[in-house]
Amino acid sequence: MPIQYYLFLSMALFSIGIMGTLMRRNAIIIFMCIELMLNAVNLLLVAFSKMYVDSSAQIFVFFIMVVAAAEVAVGLAVIVMMHRKVHSVDINILNRLKH
Amino acid sequence: MTQLVYLVPLFPLIGFLINGIFWRKMPKTAGGVIGTLTILASFIVSLGIFFEVKNSGTATMVHLFDFINSGKLSIPFTFQVDALSSLFLLIITGVGFLIHVYSTSYMHEDEGMVKYFAYLNLFIFSMLLLVLGGNYLIMFIGWEGVGLCSYLLIGFWFKNRDYTNAAKKAFVMNRIGDLGFLVGMLLILYTYGTLSYQDFFGQLKGGQVIVSTSTYNWIAICLFIGAMGKSAQIPLYTWLPDAMAGPTPVSALIHAATMVTAGIYMIARSSALYNLAPMAQTLITWIGLATAIVAATIAMKQYDIKKVLAYSTVSQLGFMFLALGVGAYTTAVFHVMTHAFFKALLFLGAGSVIHAMGGEQDLRLMGGLGKKMRITQITFLIGCLAISGIPGFSGFFSKDEILAMAYAHDPILYYLGVFAAMMTAFYMFRLYFLAFTGIFRGTHDQEHHLHESPWAITIPLIILAILSVVGGYVGLPAVISEHHALASYLAPVVANTGEHHMLAGTEWMLMGISVSVSVLMIIVAYVRNKKPAFAPNTGVAKFLENKWYVDELYDAVIVRPIGAISRLLDRFAERAGIDGIVNGVGKLVGWGGDRVRLLQSGQVGFYIFVMVLGIIALFTLGFFWIR
Amino acid sequence: MYEVLFWFLTIMAIGCALGVILSRNPVNSVLFLIATFFAISGHYLLLNAQFLAVVNIIVYAGAIMVLFLFVMMLMNLNADVEPQKSRLAQLAGMIAGGVLFLVILAALRTASLSVLDKQSNDIGLIKNLGKVLFTQYVLPFEISSVLFLSAIIGAVVISRKEEVHSTVADGSVNTSDIK
Repeated sequence: MPIQYYLFLSMALFSIGIMGTLMRRNAIIIFMCIELMLNAVNLLLVAFSKMYVDSSAQIFVFFIMVVAAAEVAVGLAVIVMMHRKVHSVDINILNRLKH
Repeated sequence: MTQLVYLVPLFPLIGFLINGIFWRKMPKTAGGVIGTLTILASFIVSLGIFFEVKNSGTATMVHLFDFINSGKLSIPFTFQVDALSSLFLLIITGVGFLIHVYSTSYMHEDEGMVKYFAYLNLFIFSMLLLVLGGNYLIMFIGWEGVGLCSYLLIGFWFKNRDYTNAAKKAFVMNRIGDLGFLVGMLLILYTYGTLSYQDFFGQLKGGQVIVSTSTYNWIAICLFIGAMGKSAQIPLYTWLPDAMAGPTPVSALIHAATMVTAGIYMIARSSALYNLAPMAQTLITWIGLATAIVAATIAMKQYDIKKVLAYSTVSQLGFMFLALGVGAYTTAVFHVMTHAFFKALLFLGAGSVIHAMGGEQDLRLMGGLGKKMRITQITFLIGCLAISGIPGFSGFFSKDEILAMAYAHDPILYYLGVFAAMMTAFYMFRLYFLAFTGIFRGTHDQEHHLHESPWAITIPLIILAILSVVGGYVGLPAVISEHHALASYLAPVVANTGEHHMLAGTEWMLMGISVSVSVLMIIVAYVRNKKPAFAPNTGVAKFLENKWYVDELYDAVIVRPIGAISRLLDRFAERAGIDGIVNGVGKLVGWGGDRVRLLQSGQVGFYIFVMVLGIIALFTLGFFWIR
Repeated sequence: MYEVLFWFLTIMAIGCALGVILSRNPVNSVLFLIATFFAISGHYLLLNAQFLAVVNIIVYAGAIMVLFLFVMMLMNLNADVEPQKSRLAQLAGMIAGGVLFLVILAALRTASLSVLDKQSNDIGLIKNLGKVLFTQYVLPFEISSVLFLSAIIGAVVISRKEEVHSTVADGSVNTSDIK
């Protein structure tokens, strides 16, 4: 397949992820959309690695996954703590940054 | 000595700086001495220069430094030392020195005496710049300087509102005239490309630049407007009587002997120009004559001793402009000289009287002062005789020369001039008789206070009286002597045009008419004021006493409308417009800040949204804006 | 065959992604995301990135999404209590995302890119990847273990329960956990 198709697919997934981040109020769903974005990028990287016959891209994808996993662990811990305090995961309630 | 001419203005400048900077700490006597000695030094140098110029008969340009040098315009700071400027130097420093001596006694009790001397020195400095300048720009610098010092000195007793208003009036009227001067200067610069006298007059004579007569007329008229303001001619004369609010020596120096003669000097200096502008000359003649007559009529009905002298000054200036208008430049300068002597004498004498009367200036409360103040009386009498044109005194020679020149131009000018001279004799002797003869009309306290003034006051009076007598002999009329010393001295620089040779008989007749008429008026004045009764004035007398209501006219026609326009502009342009804009900017910033603050909502979702927008913007700019 | 698979997987991926963001029940979102990951793994296989396909399933779909599900269950979220953004905000978000999509595509349309090799090559095999990983990129590999360590510690520290000290009448200090 020409690379443009993979480009389109990846960008579509990425922008769907962006839309999700902007449209939802649930913190967990937002987090999941971020994961979706990461995966879109992974897909593009793998496609490019096949085009240029270079395996560094796939290694990079591997590390992205590593980091994603770690990030999810910590992020969910934070969300759980939040829930304990305010009993909700609505991001509109979390506006302490105002001050 | 001529090369040292820069010392002449330098000494007063130093005097000004010393007195001006240290006036709070300087003891009064020291300040007076410093102020006076500087002028003495200038006088000595001026004497030297005068004799050098007299012997050599040529003009010298002393270049001090390059002043303006931009593109094609080059105006250096040069002094032109020639017959005209050296004569004026003598008058200014000489009479100025006497007045400084007088002031050391007159201003002795005033707290700001040292400040006064500083201002006086600054004035002399500016006046010297004015007459020494080699081009119109330096003259203008001096012109403005004397205007400034006039303001400072008229409003010297600044705690009095009326005095400061008078000072403001003088300054503003001067400035109106200065506008004319500036326009004239710009016209000269535009047409001839130079402001220096030698270049300008050389070009006028050479006739390389082809201009129409109307250009000459315009330039001449514009310069004359400047002279109108400075030398108090109609319509810009009302400041001078009000300027009597200043100390009397100031009136003597500035408003009798020096500043007001700046206009005469300027026109005499520019005689080459005026000879080419007949329309301007006619204008000058008639305005001079009108001023002479109007001022004389007002003086006849004034009761303040200084106001009479003020209007007398305006009237005599009118005579000088009459002379200039008919082309008799040397005669005008002659009258400047004699007028400086006797008018300064009269003012200083009046100051002596006021001093003795404890500050009283109203003639109706004086009388019989001659008994207690002999020296003042005699010198004052000499001044009155001089100004009335009695033969033997200096005023006779200069005034008669003016009248003769006027007659040669047009007899009607002569008759009107005689009319003015009649009134001059009348009001001056009215003043003399009311003040010095008869019975004292003031209070008992004032009577006890009367005394002759100290020597610092009387000696300048005596010297000026002597000058008022002998000063005329430098300009003997043709019927008496072939040699007119002053005219021949000034001839290289400025000369009467149209030397009208009159028959000897005509000259004698003219002299006879004016003298006899003056003597007649003196007798009339004596008769009417022997036992004066001061009834309230009605009709014509009231009109004259109120100065022809000119001040009221100016107030209604000019001052009030301008005040109204100013208030209007204040409301609309200033408050609503400019303040609105400035305050509006402030309010805008505040409002903007309030709005932008709302961005900090703390909502994470909103932050992400803005981030995405930023990314989109960056992408767009990055990819599509690169050309 | 290859093309049919490609298109099928593409549609599945995009459709499930849309499902993630549009479904009201958060649990449904999680399930849709798992399906998306399967589709992406399918794409990896098509690109002959075998190792990554498998790792994707194991790590993402297997571990990460399970974690999400656990947390979701913990909070007892369902469609009723799900808060919704205002219509305007949703619209703005959609438009922003769409614009971003268009801008990036427009930026890249002039990029000169070659055609993907239809032939499968061997770089995606685990043997080859392993060789590169353990020779060229061994340092990041080791450091990633440190990363994991810090993530673990961080997660534990953040979600630790607080202890509250309360004093009883007789002065002895009681330590109890907050529930």
